[in-house]
Formats: sequence, structure tokens, C-alpha cells
Amino acid sequence: MVNIIWVGLFVTGVVFAAINGNMEAINEAIFQGAKEAVTICLGLISVLAFWLGMMKIAEVAGMLRGLTKLMRPIAGKLFPDIPKDHPAMGYILSNISANLFGLGNAATPMGIKAMEELKKLNGGKDEASRSMITLLAINTASITLIPTTIISIRIDYGSQSPTEIVGTTIMATTISTIAAILIDRFFYYRRIRKGV
Amino acid sequence: MAWLTTVSLWIIPLFIALILVVGTLRRVPTYETFVDGAKEGFNMAVSIIPYLVGMYVAISVFRESGAMEALIGVIEPVLSFIGFPSEIVPLALIRPLSGTGALGMTTDLISTYGADSFIGRLASTMQGSTDTTFYVLTVYFGAVGIKKVGDALKVGLFADFVGVIASVIIVTLVFL
Repeated sequence: MVNIIWVGLFVTGVVFAAINGNMEAINEAIFQGAKEAVTICLGLISVLAFWLGMMKIAEVAGMLRGLTKLMRPIAGKLFPDIPKDHPAMGYILSNISANLFGLGNAATPMGIKAMEELKKLNGGKDEASRSMITLLAINTASITLIPTTIISIRIDYGSQSPTEIVGTTIMATTISTIAAILIDRFFYYRRIRKGV
Repeated sequence: MAWLTTVSLWIIPLFIALILVVGTLRRVPTYETFVDGAKEGFNMAVSIIPYLVGMYVAISVFRESGAMEALIGVIEPVLSFIGFPSEIVPLALIRPLSGTGALGMTTDLISTYGADSFIGRLASTMQGSTDTTFYVLTVYFGAVGIKKVGDALKVGLFADFVGVIASVIIVTLVFL
């Protein structure tokens, strides 16, 4: 699926450029895209280094274990494949809490850390496991309570009430998160039926 | 609602202070532990590079070639027909592909129509309640070397779709 989409995006682009006669734009887009990707990754170094350092302290101090215990009732239902009290749970909860408060750049390192633990649980394979897909689904649905970036843009553009969209955002994000979890379940059971 | 902005300002510094204080109380060698954990950050960021380069080149080619606009042109009349505001269609389509692209578009819509207009509120809600699925997938899976993504992309895109529809319905119900 990824292979098809990946090739599809590129080839459709080239075909359209041929029709529109703007192959120049493609030449530029290739290296612009590559450059942007590397710039983003380099930018991630600071965020990842800082938060992974902080999370290590939290882990050694036993704070993650505390979170894991808190998480147990819901986690068992959402992530039935993860053994109780596994460190992955602590990272998953930190990832979700960071998302809730709109701290995107703290959420990423914690999510990656969780993925790392999930990969170990899955025997180090390069395939996404059931729990990984669930965690990713929750993250792409972007569950959030305080959409910080958008509030600051609204303030910049002279909104009378920059935070009035918080309520609608919470409702929309709740619906999309529930939908993500249900869709994830649906695909999981479909995989089971197909016997993959 | 001013407290919300205050909360988002205070939360990171307080959270860090909490970790440091608890760490100290539990006799963790805080500085050494921090450095130990932070070391991983570099390798992690570097390991994402190949995945993100691949994805961004394809997305960038798709956008710059005019294919994105053509797609919007095809989908817009269909969506307008079922009552979807046409101004918002490009944002809804670009949201899962490009985070910076979507943010730019949201800012554009807010500055054109006003932050407190229907379109402004809808763009804000949509921006806040969906995420750049391609980016999230590439970064999370890339960092730990997951190449076979299974159903993850389908699930993510579907969640985006539901988020977009939910935003339109909710903003219409609340603000119109």
C-alpha cells in the first residue's frame, strides 16, 4: 500500500508536469523535498535529545512506572497485546498526555520511545505490530485539549475570542480519535479473518 | 478562556521542574542520566532521514506538478454539492500530506476571511483536530526502522477524513 502510494504520488506528479509543461518545477521539487526532509530531521535532534534526556530521568526516578499503573484500566482494552506493567505503557501514556496538552514536540520523542518498546515486544521485526498501528492511529487523530499553535495564529490575526475554537476542536478531535480506534479494530479483525 | 493560554505557557517548565525535583528526591544522578538519555536523540533523528526524504520528495513532486490542484479541482464540486464549504477543500486535502502546507493555508484562510468568520473558525478547528498523517507515520515508524506499515496509513487517512467531516458538522452546529 505504501509502495503504491509512494510511486503513485511521484509518477502522477511527473505526468501532470508533462501535461502542464512545467518539468522545471519537478526538478526543483525533488531537491526541495529532500532538503526539507533533512532540515526537519536536523531540527528534530534538539527536541529528541532534550526530551529523551528528561524522560530518562523520569524513567530512572520511577515516574513512568507510576504512569503505567494509572494507565492500566484503559490500556488493557486499547492495547491488549502489551503485557501489564510493560514500560511501553508508560511511554504511551506520556505520549497521549503530551498530545492532549498540545505539546507536539514533547509528544514525538515519547511516541518514538513507545514504538521502540513495541518493536522489542514484536521481536524486533521491521513490520508494524497491532499495538503500533493503534498508537499511530491515536496520534494521527491528534487528540488534543489545547490547540496551542492555532490559538496563537488567531491572536496574531486579531481574533475577538482566540480560544472560542477550543470547544469545537475538542469535540472534533474526540470524534476522530474514537473513529481511529474503531477503524483500527476493524482492520485488525479483517487481518485476522484473512489469516495474515 | 485566558487561563488556557496561561496553562499552555506554564505546563512545560513546570513539568520539567517536576521531573527534576522528583528525580533529585529519589536520588537519581539527574545530570548524568539526562546526558545518557539525550545521546539517543541524535541517532534517532538521523535514522528518520531516509524515510522522510523518500516521503517528502514524492509529496513535493505531487504538489508542485499541479497534480494537487487538479485533484482539488475534481473533488471540490463533488464536496460543494453535498454542502461542504469549497474554500476549505484545499486545506482538507493537504492536511494529511504536509504540515507546513496546511498551516500556511490555515493562516491564509484566517487572514482572508477573518479569524472570527465561519471559514476562519472552521479552518482553525480542522487544523487543531487533524494531523499530518504521512509525517507522523514516517517519523514514528522511521525512527525505529519499521518498513512494513501494514494498515497504519489507511487507518490514519480514514481518521483524518472523519476529523474533517466532524469539524464541518460541529462548527456548523455551534457557530451558525
